[in-house]
Amino acid sequence: MTAPMWSSPTRVNALPTLSPGQAPSVLRLRSWSLGSTILKIIGLAIFAFLLFGPLANLVLWSVAERWYTPYKLPVTYGMRYWETVFRPTGDAMASLLTSVSIACLTVMVALVVSVPAGYALARLKLPWRTALMILFLLPQAFPSVAIYINVARVFYGLGLTGTITGVVLVHAAHGLVYSVWIAAAAFAAVDKDLELAARNIGASPLRTFFTITLPLASPGIMASAIFVFLESLDEFTGTFFVGVPQVTTLPLLLYNASMGGNYQIASITALILLVPSVLFMLVIERFLKADVLSKVGQ
Amino acid sequence: MIGALFLYPLGYSLATAFTDPGSGFLSLVHFEKAYELYSTDIAFTLFIVIVSTLLTALISIIIAGILTLSETPWLVTALRNLYRWPLFIPFIVAAQCMRTFLAKNGLMNNSLVGLGLMEPLQATSFLDWRGIIITFVWKQVPFVTLMLAGAMASIDRATIEAGRNLGASRLRVLIELVLPQVAQTLLVGLVLSFVTMLSVLSVPMMVAGSQPTMLTVDMAFRINSYGDYGTANALGVISYLIAGTVAWIYLRHNMKREAQA
Repeated sequence: MTAPMWSSPTRVNALPTLSPGQAPSVLRLRSWSLGSTILKIIGLAIFAFLLFGPLANLVLWSVAERWYTPYKLPVTYGMRYWETVFRPTGDAMASLLTSVSIACLTVMVALVVSVPAGYALARLKLPWRTALMILFLLPQAFPSVAIYINVARVFYGLGLTGTITGVVLVHAAHGLVYSVWIAAAAFAAVDKDLELAARNIGASPLRTFFTITLPLASPGIMASAIFVFLESLDEFTGTFFVGVPQVTTLPLLLYNASMGGNYQIASITALILLVPSVLFMLVIERFLKADVLSKVGQ
Repeated sequence: MIGALFLYPLGYSLATAFTDPGSGFLSLVHFEKAYELYSTDIAFTLFIVIVSTLLTALISIIIAGILTLSETPWLVTALRNLYRWPLFIPFIVAAQCMRTFLAKNGLMNNSLVGLGLMEPLQATSFLDWRGIIITFVWKQVPFVTLMLAGAMASIDRATIEAGRNLGASRLRVLIELVLPQVAQTLLVGLVLSFVTMLSVLSVPMMVAGSQPTMLTVDMAFRINSYGDYGTANALGVISYLIAGTVAWIYLRHNMKREAQA
């Protein structure tokens, strides 16, 4: 006999007689665990398909030069639309520049408000602390479309619709929700004894803040800044009402291209917007430590 | 700044919604019009948001449960690395993805046909209420799961071990031991998701164009096509009321819990 024992059919037939009762249960156990492993793999595959399928479709559209029914995959591939998008004179580059500058300005405005506000909420004994925290949370708790249409109306009276300033203000009000809460949590996580030690050896309150408290809280504040940046980059609803027609950010370009049936341009724009979001998802745990996260909202 | 950019417009919207444009007196005329034209859409919005929230809750509990209780390390690792991907993807990008993925000739139907699971003639477009729900769930599950898995990781492992040792199945441990301890976190995540879904404009606009649609699209339509701020604001107040009801349920639950503690 050259074949190994376990692969010969006689051996399988002989099993029940050799060790009655025991071998079949081992076999059943093994096949059951094999079945459950296969089930797990299938479940995971379906999950991954539902998760990445939409994204794969986006990538396919971005490199499809011609794609029509009944073809299941693009008829011709090519980077023609990428060149269109990245042409220096194209709409997309202008929108990207607009989007990034709006996002940077928004981060600055949000930090100017949230660093002092976060410190005050975390350290000082304010009489209306809870009320203030809720006030900063309110814009998140209300359906924003109804707010934005009225902001647009008020801004129209002030001549702010269609200006970068108007859009930055709207984005900053929205971003403050996150930045104030995260900044407050970051300041609350700083050990008070370190500040007291600095004060004891003669540092002024201001110096203590800038050399001790702020550096220790900076990872959390960085996280809040990235958050505000992304929120501003991705913001659609507010810009849709306040920014039109002069200010065209990337999300608005994406919307116009998609509604106009130009799926290639829309998909490429979507991919540009996707990159920072996915990067942030991958690094967020480095910035937001568990000790800060546990203090959010307290 | 919050006052200027939020409270003032909020007051403005309430004032516009309740004023008669002709006489300037307090009236409900805008609400009558809003109800007459959009009562179907109000019901549609409620249906979409409630179903999406429930589905989000169910799927998040399953994923977080597997992450916490599974005894298959590779499954946990794979799932942990997978589920978070849509977390920060903007709604508008998600909407564009789904617009192509769920279409009649989108990748989903094509894959099912390609695998031989479906006849080409059976392919239908999912770009209607189902598309909106799928997009919302796809986008919100990672967020709720992240909160839930965090909360589950911080509960006392000893209670789980004790339950398992006494012979409880993992499903029973999840439902009877783990879930009650993280209910608070789950509720916060779901309330935030609910309000977020209620205020998204891009998804219903891009995923499902036709009637019936969600209140956000109706509001934008009233403004952009008619400049009709009265009806739009009345619809806005209705969406505040929906969000307010959910917030009230949450607060009441919170108070009950504090009273017990």
